[in-house]
Amino acid sequence: MQKEIDMLDVQKIREDFPILKRKVNGSPLVYFDNAATSQTPQIVIDAIVEYYSNYNANIHRGVHTLSQEATDAYEIARKKVQQHFNAKYSHEIILTSGATHSINIVATGFSNLLSKGDEIIVSALEHHSNIVPWQMLCERTGAILKVIPMNEEGELRMDIYDQLLCDKTKLVFTNHISNALGTINPIEKIIEKAHAVGASVLIDGAQSCPHIKPDVQALDVDFYVASAHKLCGPTGVGVLYGKENWLNSLPPYQGGGEMIDQVTFEKTTYAGLPHKFEAGTPDICGGIAFGVALDYMNTIGFDAIADYENELLDYGTAKLLEIEGLKIYGTSKNKTSVISFNIENIHPYDVGTILDKMGVAVRTGHHCAQPIMDFYQIPGTIRASFSFYNTKEEIDILVKAVKKAKMMLS
Amino acid sequence: MTIQEIQEEIVDEFSMFDDWMQRYEYMIELGKSLPLIDEKHKIDENIIKGCQSKVWVHAVMDNDKIEFTADSDAIITKGIIAILIRVFSGQHPKAIIDADTNFIDKIGLKEHLSPTRANGLVSMIKQLKMYAIAYQTQLN
Repeated sequence: MQKEIDMLDVQKIREDFPILKRKVNGSPLVYFDNAATSQTPQIVIDAIVEYYSNYNANIHRGVHTLSQEATDAYEIARKKVQQHFNAKYSHEIILTSGATHSINIVATGFSNLLSKGDEIIVSALEHHSNIVPWQMLCERTGAILKVIPMNEEGELRMDIYDQLLCDKTKLVFTNHISNALGTINPIEKIIEKAHAVGASVLIDGAQSCPHIKPDVQALDVDFYVASAHKLCGPTGVGVLYGKENWLNSLPPYQGGGEMIDQVTFEKTTYAGLPHKFEAGTPDICGGIAFGVALDYMNTIGFDAIADYENELLDYGTAKLLEIEGLKIYGTSKNKTSVISFNIENIHPYDVGTILDKMGVAVRTGHHCAQPIMDFYQIPGTIRASFSFYNTKEEIDILVKAVKKAKMMLS
Repeated sequence: MTIQEIQEEIVDEFSMFDDWMQRYEYMIELGKSLPLIDEKHKIDENIIKGCQSKVWVHAVMDNDKIEFTADSDAIITKGIIAILIRVFSGQHPKAIIDADTNFIDKIGLKEHLSPTRANGLVSMIKQLKMYAIAYQTQLN
């Protein structure tokens, strides 16, 4: 009975997304690039219009009514984010421009906390945004970057992770879910083991947040980052969760207005959390719309979303594998609704181009995860990523389009 | 034939097609007729940046005319570079430098290709013209 109540009415949900009605190259849009960005429901679009139509003002400083209304709405959004991630305090939620910005705040902040010879561990499944900032940190500090390798299924080699951990390990970084393959990483174990040697952990939740509601307190994670635009929110907004003591000990990332307590030419003292990390005027409208997007997704419910997306994943995997010569990369039992694949002897880019002609939007290329492509010795993959507003009928269209592309390109 | 005449010929050919499928099938065919680059020139220095697929181009000058050869790991990209080479190969460097490439709009390539691919197209034209500039300097 519970199952029935939780079941998701996809046709009704699709009505919420105006973009799903449009055509591309004469065919109805089939949007399977959700791992890159999610589409935006009308309620979020309305919140953006409402902000600029009714109470656009700068926050945290004006005494006038509009400024107060905007400030209240922005701080309510922060509280929604806090509740969503189950952070202990709302000041542990830093609103940023996205997951990449969030990672850079931490990577830069650690510059003075690491010494030569310290070790940091990163997973082989990372997006470039969770590799490059740490390489830069290593260059600045003389710390050493170690990598947890992956196996053929696209899973992290936890046995090697155990060997890499030692008393020199200061930080561990991994994504919760791989953007290129969809693998769900065992972050509970990763965090527990890192803490056992005294290392702190940053989890990149950019890919997991559309599918899983993380509980940062239960995870006991030190830092967790995400982007609003993958959660039905606007682009240009993200979140950095950090434990209060960590955020207090890291220096500010940027100087400017909003992040100060007292300024004289002799010395400036910084504002407390969260403002210390929010220099300048933030994306006020985007932050507010992010809160609305979280409400929207929570109303549908993450359990219902996960159940439905798993159904799409199983259906899509079975249907695509019927195509001769098609190979799927990332075959872990523990994965989300991402299918990365190639067709024998055909370049992924050619397939992506033909699919676009038929209205099917997929991502092709290395997905900002070149080390994974190097592992499989391929130039890239075709990636179809499903969201809760997609349907099995759309997967049928994808399969038909892939067959046609294969015919044209063989 | 001049660059202008070859471009007009290509525009004529593409105007016969009714839909995108025929257009792409023709480009794939053209890709198969591409004058292939010698394997020894398929080196990193000859890769054109800005393309999602790999494109190698090589040029030699013979009797004041440039001959291009190329290859790509993607067949549609091969078709595009084949069209460009048909336009520019066998021409004087000065003619290549001065040529406009409006015909790309007319055959619907720019309009129909994705932005990253379009960038690749721009990079390819730029690279062919760079060769022409280099050889023109030699002639001077």
